[in-house]
Amino acid sequence: MKILVCISHVPDTTSKINFTDNDTKFDTNGVQFVINPYDEFSLTRAMWFKEKQGASVTVVNVGGAETEPTLRKALAIGADDAIRVNVEPTDGLLVAKELAEVVKSGGFDLVLAGKESADYNGQMVPGMLASLLDFNFVNGCVGIEVDGNNATLEREIDGGEEKVASTLPLVVAGQKGIVEEKDLRIPNMRGIMMARKKPLNVVEATGSNASTNTKNFEKPAPKGEVKLVDNVDDLINLLHNEAKAI
Amino acid sequence: MLKYTPIEKLKKLKIMSVLVFADSSEGKFKKTAFEVVSYGKKVAEQLGTNLVTLTINGGDASELYTYGADKVIEVKNDLSSFNAKGYAAVVKQVAEAQSSDVVVIDSSVDGLTLAPLVAVGLEAGYASNAVALPDTSNSFVVKRKAFSNKGFNNTEILTDKKVIGVAKNSYGAHESSVSGATESFDATLPELGVSSVSIDKATGKVTIAEADVVVSAGRGLKGPENWGLVEDLADVLGAATACSKPVSDLGWRPHSEHVGQTGKPVASNLYIAIGISGAIQHLAGVNASKVKVVINNDPEAPFFKAADYGIVGDAFEVVPQLIEKLKAFKQA
Repeated sequence: MKILVCISHVPDTTSKINFTDNDTKFDTNGVQFVINPYDEFSLTRAMWFKEKQGASVTVVNVGGAETEPTLRKALAIGADDAIRVNVEPTDGLLVAKELAEVVKSGGFDLVLAGKESADYNGQMVPGMLASLLDFNFVNGCVGIEVDGNNATLEREIDGGEEKVASTLPLVVAGQKGIVEEKDLRIPNMRGIMMARKKPLNVVEATGSNASTNTKNFEKPAPKGEVKLVDNVDDLINLLHNEAKAI
Repeated sequence: MLKYTPIEKLKKLKIMSVLVFADSSEGKFKKTAFEVVSYGKKVAEQLGTNLVTLTINGGDASELYTYGADKVIEVKNDLSSFNAKGYAAVVKQVAEAQSSDVVVIDSSVDGLTLAPLVAVGLEAGYASNAVALPDTSNSFVVKRKAFSNKGFNNTEILTDKKVIGVAKNSYGAHESSVSGATESFDATLPELGVSSVSIDKATGKVTIAEADVVVSAGRGLKGPENWGLVEDLADVLGAATACSKPVSDLGWRPHSEHVGQTGKPVASNLYIAIGISGAIQHLAGVNASKVKVVINNDPEAPFFKAADYGIVGDAFEVVPQLIEKLKAFKQA
């Protein structure tokens, strides 16, 4: 089984979010970048397939050279090799088209991603990628087993879970549950040393057009002060008459 | 200086209809279906065009008329549950038959799964997580939430066809009754690829995704044996129950109740947090909720800064009083 894991390079979840250049750019100043947490769950499941079922694991990112430390971290966790598609990931469809080229040229039969990125939260790329490749698609995956060409998966649905069956090739958008938090791996020194020698291939983009364009960013309006009350009667009164929430 | 009349502007935009997909489950419309119909109706008005609403094995179309869906297209087929490829193919065929240049989809799990496939199928630019009507004054710009609710992204869609994903509970359902009409449509299903084996749903329980009110608790409750309080409060309010990440990591509550950045997102009207300090990842996952109430005995808990109302006090004293007074309030 040849697995490709899509890795987004995102601000750490505790980052302060600011914008620069007239609110047209995300301010990376002082921001620590990490593997997108949703992708990390999927990468960890891919490592399980590598160790138990002899799969190969390639990681890919669409982005500039600044994302390479994040790819190296994925290599340190245990991926075999990495690919970086050298273009700014400005639009979901553009990213999906570049990933589709990587999947086709690499002959991957299982593509694992996170269901969303922790920065834009778009939930676009995995579905678009599956559609462009005409692969099967399972979203919100919280469990996957593969036996030969057949996969059984659990996915989250509104109010429960659904068990589904699919053949490969397949695109899976994973989330917490595909592995548990305790299964996540912190790279050890040996992994980090080995990662330096593993291949990280940079490929140029195909130059497809973006379908969307970010005009600018906004920060949420500052929140008013909390109203503290000292008894539940006042709370019920405020929730009913002021907030109209009950 | 060339000035466009509305009709010329319409021709320039070449929009013939706005198609809304009204999602349902087991023959019943989801709450988000009414929200996207309300949204789609306004978009159609704004563009001076017609609204078309599509249902797939959906509920009673008259429920949609209440929200302004005057033309409902019903597709009935033997899909027993949602299938990404199958639904995407139906939406594409109806969008083409109705010359729809704008397609509006909700943020239910189905909607979020479907929309990217529809976008590729129609060669449309897609803006998910929309929190407001598009600005169509010059181009087509959609305000979207991003950075886990810590920012907004104004996205211009550059393609002729456009797909908008509406963030849950961001626009709201607005009644606007019309006398509607229903047509049926025969859609061709492609090879489905993924097949449903079984569905496991908690019955009779309010889900976090659909709830107007969510009652959530954290480590401040000291142990799983005290969750009766949370459930009683939820019962009075018809609310869903949820928990913080440490609580699900400790195994006090199932993972399906974990809300926050890597858990489930919450966008309810009212969110009540009991004994949750308010880690930044928790706040990111719940701050799309409209009204937030915090009950915590630590006045320094960071959640108070993100809350609308708060009581500094012991949950074991405050919550039983709240349950009792709410019962009286509900009966009054």
